[in-house]
Amino acid sequence: MTSRLTRRQRRRISQGVQYAVFVAVLVLIGLGADWDRLQNQFAQKDLASELFPDIITIALRNTVVYTVSGFVFGLVLGLVIALMRLSSVAPYRWVASVYIEIFRGLPALLIFIFVGVAVPLAFPGTEIPGGTYGKVALGLGLVAAAYMAETIRAGIQAVPKGQMEAARSLGFSHARAMVSVVIPQAFRIVIPPLTNELVLLFKDSSLVLFLGVTLQERELTKFGRDLASQTANSTPILVAGLCYLLVTVPLSIVVRRLEARADKAR
Amino acid sequence: MSSMDRPEIEIRGLHKSFGDNEVLRGIDLDIGRGEVVCVIGPSGSGKSTLLRCVNLLEEPTAGQVFVGGTEVTDLDVDIDAVRRRIGMVFQQFNLFPHVTVTENLTLPQRRVLRRDKAEAFEVARRNLERVGLADKADAYPSQLSGGQQQRVAIARALSMGPEVMLFDEPTSALDPELVGEVLAVMRQLAAEGMTMMVVTHEMSFAREVADRVVFMDGGVIVEEGPAERVVGDPQQVRTRNFLMRILDPAAAEQPGDTTSERPAKEL
Repeated sequence: MTSRLTRRQRRRISQGVQYAVFVAVLVLIGLGADWDRLQNQFAQKDLASELFPDIITIALRNTVVYTVSGFVFGLVLGLVIALMRLSSVAPYRWVASVYIEIFRGLPALLIFIFVGVAVPLAFPGTEIPGGTYGKVALGLGLVAAAYMAETIRAGIQAVPKGQMEAARSLGFSHARAMVSVVIPQAFRIVIPPLTNELVLLFKDSSLVLFLGVTLQERELTKFGRDLASQTANSTPILVAGLCYLLVTVPLSIVVRRLEARADKAR
Repeated sequence: MSSMDRPEIEIRGLHKSFGDNEVLRGIDLDIGRGEVVCVIGPSGSGKSTLLRCVNLLEEPTAGQVFVGGTEVTDLDVDIDAVRRRIGMVFQQFNLFPHVTVTENLTLPQRRVLRRDKAEAFEVARRNLERVGLADKADAYPSQLSGGQQQRVAIARALSMGPEVMLFDEPTSALDPELVGEVLAVMRQLAAEGMTMMVVTHEMSFAREVADRVVFMDGGVIVEEGPAERVVGDPQQVRTRNFLMRILDPAAAEQPGDTTSERPAKEL
């Protein structure tokens, strides 16, 4: 009457069902999509080969430069804000909290428009140094700093209290103990999340296209979009996408390795 | 008054509260140059807090502390300069995990005392030799046993050339078989004439090495005197009960038996 299944039978059935669903979905997509049209629109080999070498030497290179400059600026500012958050001077803590809430709460796109429009208005005659590159570093860095500040603050607080006490008992001033003892240890803790932030920035650098850039200043997304509209074909978008993955996938693997190593060191 | 005829450590009317919790209720204690004083007492008696008030890791609520004639509790004193003269060893070692053993010793010398590289390394080498760990110079703290880490911590404190050493339960975090090597280093230090204030549960160390033992309970000094008297023949009931629990933990105290007149077991 009741057919009782053994554990092995149950496992087989369960796995069989899961594989069946997986295959069914693949088949549906494979048969349902119009692959010829997709290939025409996205994977024209001759079009793709025309993109080189500019897509690497100009677009990818600019994406990297924008990302790195934004990251460095954001890291420095983020460290300052993290230290302000931990300050014993209350107004510093308030300013840091307000900064973090504002810049984490706004879309990065708005910040970019703000940097492109409001800064020149507010400080007439003063140019942001570095032209577009400076503006991008500022736009990306302002947003990244808010996230990194919270990460760095958590990292500093994760360093055991005894480290500061040991340093103070040896005669370090509070500031010197921070610089020589606490912050180096905090950075080891936050390297994986900061690398993650680098991946996010790498993608956010596409927002540069809202600043208005010259041909030589174009990064991957702008480059791909421009060429797609010139050729009336989307192949450049696909190639640009692959270029992003070329950088973000290895970075993600590095993050996972770092996290595994940090877990082991504990 | 010249600093020569003053005690190395002077504690006057020391009070410390954490919120409503009064941990120290008026401590007076002098420690002479070259003297070794062990502070014993049940947990929560305030002994660690007292030690941490000496180098101002805890700020006293009231009272004064002098070290080498300088008032530590003076708001206008350069506390970093005073702390350089006071070495401290922690229960949890607190070595810097991100640098090697040698760098643990050279970093404070170079950053705080501004010694040049060669001198700092020479001092580090000498002090590692002193604690018997010259062969671990290039290891990282995490590669050492607890006992070795604590010896490095002692060497690090010594590298700053302190006049006084404070020990906050230096063997409490160690596996029993590693306690001896740390106590041996401390014994040698005492023999060399270092002024030492040691918070500890090691009664045999207190008895053998300490010139004086201070028993604390409830934030006050209950009894103090030569080690053989306080540990061997305590006058106060609270001291006797504490020593009984420490020396023979298996003999659980009967409820209501806290005033037992049984003498402390012979060591």
